[in-house]
Amino acid sequence: MTAIRVLVGTRKGAFILTADAKRAKWSVDGPHFAGWEIYHMKGSPADPDRIYVSQTSSWFGQIIQRSSDGGKTWETPGSPPADLVDAATGMPKAESNKFVYDTSAKTGKPLTTHQWYDGTQHPWEFKRVWHLEPSLDDADTAYAGVEDAALFRTTDGGKSWHELAGLRGHGTGPKWQPGAGGMGVHTILLDRKDPKRIFVAISAAGTFRTDDGGKTWQPINKGLKSQYIPDPTAEVGHCVHRIAMHPSRPKTLFMQKHWDVMRSDDGGANWREISGDLPSDFGFPIDVHAHEPETIYVVPIKSDSEHYPPEGKLRVYRSRAGGNEWEPLTKGLPQKDCYVNVLRDSMAVDSLDPCGVYFGTTGGQVYASADGGDSWTAIVRDLPAVLSVEVQALE
Amino acid sequence: MIRVALPFHLRTLARVDGEVTLVVDGPVTQGSILDALEARYPMLRGTIRDHATRRRRALVRFFACKEDVTHAAPDALLPAAIASGIEPFRIVGAIAGG
Repeated sequence: MTAIRVLVGTRKGAFILTADAKRAKWSVDGPHFAGWEIYHMKGSPADPDRIYVSQTSSWFGQIIQRSSDGGKTWETPGSPPADLVDAATGMPKAESNKFVYDTSAKTGKPLTTHQWYDGTQHPWEFKRVWHLEPSLDDADTAYAGVEDAALFRTTDGGKSWHELAGLRGHGTGPKWQPGAGGMGVHTILLDRKDPKRIFVAISAAGTFRTDDGGKTWQPINKGLKSQYIPDPTAEVGHCVHRIAMHPSRPKTLFMQKHWDVMRSDDGGANWREISGDLPSDFGFPIDVHAHEPETIYVVPIKSDSEHYPPEGKLRVYRSRAGGNEWEPLTKGLPQKDCYVNVLRDSMAVDSLDPCGVYFGTTGGQVYASADGGDSWTAIVRDLPAVLSVEVQALE
Repeated sequence: MIRVALPFHLRTLARVDGEVTLVVDGPVTQGSILDALEARYPMLRGTIRDHATRRRRALVRFFACKEDVTHAAPDALLPAAIASGIEPFRIVGAIAGG
């Protein structure tokens, strides 16, 4: 019997929504970590009951929570009694929330500066984890995309995190600048066919790729045009909102940029616009159908000044042609007086057939489609503002 | 025994109800109380003061005997009523919207 588990991070806690394979009747469990911002939670492909959570607070900083039983119980890795004291040093552990930029001469990079809003240089300062990406084949390994932009990795189940400093320090860092929401690594894509290849996207620096497991990185933003920066075709500085790939075709990437929906068929080396007939090519999330690599989904938002759907109509747009030709999906979605936003990490697809599609809104609704987007149902509708949505199909 | 009153979110994180009590060796200061607190409740490391710099997080404040001691030196002695456990050392999240 297949079950579906939807992991929802919100401004005020985490929620776990479950249903059977029909995806018709849902139960809601939560809030977990009540009152805390849950930027992201994601299960391990290697062990679906291993779930990592980014729990944050402007007051109390970053916490990493981990479950090994599918969200029934939680722990801050490294702080159970057995792990409390490091035998060698006698010092307490619990460094699961310790994200320190690597400035060591051997493995790190100097902690230089990045561009601030006023054009001056500003030091890197850790603020929070935006995105957690568990390894495809090891439940104890996961990547964390953080603000200020950097990539960290754990190989001990979240007890400790170490920066892959080549990203922040590869050379263009001083030109990176925060977007309105900060400067964070918000997307991490792992390549199933090439374990050493990783893609990340940074707001507002652009998209980057490593081909050697994270040691060295290169910007991959050729073809992007951003009229809001001094050089619209600059190597870095583009406000990429989200990138997505189909696991079977890792060289094909789809991007929702600040404005423009884009596509690359050569691993990000070159991009071309596929906005086509969308009512607005501004938006945040983008995702790919689980079984149709040319079927993609976006949620158009009116503009960068008006973060709500055009005409007050909440519409997911689907392209079955890999872009340019889009159809509105409206059945079950509010078609008047709707002024919510859908944030970048708030859309996910399941692996069932027909493919399920899910997204959450800043109004607290989580919508699900069990038929690839043809029709939608609010599976919960009064949560705090939704920051992230992930889905797991469980055997 | 030193009494420490934690804000709601840190009580839930540490999985405690009400005040916590600590044994502090040596002079009773902000720094020694936080050292003892973090040793007893490691999950609180990094939530009150930064892991690397050890500086107080910007929106955390400290009160002792109804006085705001947030900006006192971390190694300054706290009042005798704190050291004797008559009054709790209060760690408070600043009122800052949200």
